[in-house]
Amino acid sequence: MTPFGYRIPMMASLLVWCVAWEIVGRLDLVFLLPPFSDVLAAAVQLVQTSSWQDATVTTLRAFATGMALAIMCGVPLGALMGRVKIADDLLGMWVNIFSSAPLSALVPVLMILFGFGERTIIAAVFLFAVWIIVLDTRAGVRHVSPSLIEMARSYGATKPALYAKIILWAALPEILAGIRLGLIRGVKGVVIGQLLVAIVGYGALFETFSRNFRMAEFWALTIILFAFAMLIAELIERIEGKVEYYAGARQ
Amino acid sequence: MAVTALREKQSAVHTSVEAIVEVKGICKSYGNVEALRDIDLDFPRGKLTSLLGPSGCGKTTLLKIIAGLIGASAGSVTVDGKHVSGPGPERAFVFQDFALMPWATVLRNVAFGLELRGTGKTEREETARRYIAQVGLSGFEDKYPHELSGGMRQRVGLARALSVDAEVLLLDEPFSAVDEQNRRKFQEDLIRLRSKQNKTFIFVTHSIEEAVYISDRIVLLSPRPGRVSQVIEPDINRSGDPDRIHRDQHYLDTVEEIWQGLKQYVE
Repeated sequence: MTPFGYRIPMMASLLVWCVAWEIVGRLDLVFLLPPFSDVLAAAVQLVQTSSWQDATVTTLRAFATGMALAIMCGVPLGALMGRVKIADDLLGMWVNIFSSAPLSALVPVLMILFGFGERTIIAAVFLFAVWIIVLDTRAGVRHVSPSLIEMARSYGATKPALYAKIILWAALPEILAGIRLGLIRGVKGVVIGQLLVAIVGYGALFETFSRNFRMAEFWALTIILFAFAMLIAELIERIEGKVEYYAGARQ
Repeated sequence: MAVTALREKQSAVHTSVEAIVEVKGICKSYGNVEALRDIDLDFPRGKLTSLLGPSGCGKTTLLKIIAGLIGASAGSVTVDGKHVSGPGPERAFVFQDFALMPWATVLRNVAFGLELRGTGKTEREETARRYIAQVGLSGFEDKYPHELSGGMRQRVGLARALSVDAEVLLLDEPFSAVDEQNRRKFQEDLIRLRSKQNKTFIFVTHSIEEAVYISDRIVLLSPRPGRVSQVIEPDINRSGDPDRIHRDQHYLDTVEEIWQGLKQYVE
C-alpha cells in the first residue's frame, strides 16, 4: 500500500491490530481479553519463570523427536509411493484419509497406547506431521524428469545411487514444502497432545492459566507459541528459496 | 527391385568396415502399436551413422534399445560382440533435453558418469576439466545449468558423454532444443571433435541437412511401423572449411535425394 506516496511497511497491519486489541482490552468489555500491554508484560515475566523454561524444554524435545521421526519415515515412504505403483495403490488411500482426518480425536487412543507422558506427545507430533510429508514427497518424486533418471541409468547408477544422487535431490523443493507444512502441523500436534495429557509442558501451563483465569499469561503463552511456529516455517521457507531455481530448470 | 538394390548396397557396406554395433531383427511394440519392425543394421567402427526419419518412425526408440535403456520385444543388439541387456560403460548417451542436474555445477555434471563409476574426486575432476575445455566451455566449470544457454547446456551433456571414454556415443536429437545459429556452430564443432576422437557415433535426427552435413552413413527409417527403408553413404570431403560443405554439389544432391524419398511419408 502506498497512500499519499508514502509506502507503509508490511508489519504495519500487525501494529493496527495490536492497537485495536489494546483499546478493546482497556474498555473492559470481555474479561477474557486483557489489554495487549498487560499481555506483553505477562510474557516478559513468564519467560523468566522456571516453570515456563522447564515446559519449553519438554515441549521442544518432544516436538523435535516427533518431527525427526516424521521426516525419517515420511520421506522414504513418500519416495516409495512415488516410484512403486503397488505401494501407491496400497497406501495412497490411507495417507489421504489421515492427512485430512481430524486427528485430535485419535490422541486419546495414543494415550492408551503410550501412557500419560512424553511418548504420547511425540506420537501426536508424528501423527500430525507425517502425512503431508509423505504426500509432498510422493508428488515431488513423481515429477522427477524421466530423462534425468534415464541419464543416471545410462551412466550405470545403482538403485541406491539413483535415489541418493538423483531422485531425492530432484524432489527436494517438494520435500522441503512438505516438511514446512509438517512442522506447522507438528506444532498443532504438540499443543493438542499436551492439552489432552494436561500434565506435561505447555499443556500443563495452559491448563493452569485457563482454570485460574490468568488470561494475560494465557495469551502471552499463545503468542509465544504462534511466534515459534511462524519462525520455523520462515526458516524452512528460506531454505526453499535457495532451491527455487530448480523449478525453472525443470521446465 | 529398389529393395534388392538396397540390400546389395547394405551387404557391400557390411564387408568394408568392421561393425562395432550389430542390430539383428529388432522389433518393438507398445501394446497394439508396432513401433519397430524387424530392424537389421550394422554400425561400422569409427563412423558417424545417422538415424533419420519423420516423427513416429521409432528412431529414438531404436537408439534407446541400443543404449539398453528400453528392452526390445524381439531381436538382439551386440556391441563389440557382447550381447546388450542394459546400459554399459562402452556406450554413452547424449539427451535431447540435456538431462543435466540443476543442483550441480558444470564440473560435477560433466564428472557425473565417472562419479557413478567410483572414480576418485581429483581424478574425475581433472578428466572433466579436460573435456570441458574440448567442448569450449573453459571458465564455466563452476556455473550452474540454469546460468547457461541451451547450446552451452548441450555442450555440457556432450562433455559428460566424452569424459567416460565410451567407444560408442549415442546422441538423441542433441541439437533440436538449440537455436539455429548455435546448432550450426555445434555441428561444425562436432565434425572437428570427430577428427580428434576415434569414436563411433550413432546420431538421431529429423533434419535432412544435419544428417547429410555430419554423417558418414545415413539410415533412413520409414514410419508406422519403423523399418529401414534406405542406407545412404554421402561421399563428402569434410577435411577443409566446414562452410564449404554447405555449397558442395554432392551435399545438395544428397539432401534432395533424401527429401524425394521421404516426401511420401509427410502428409
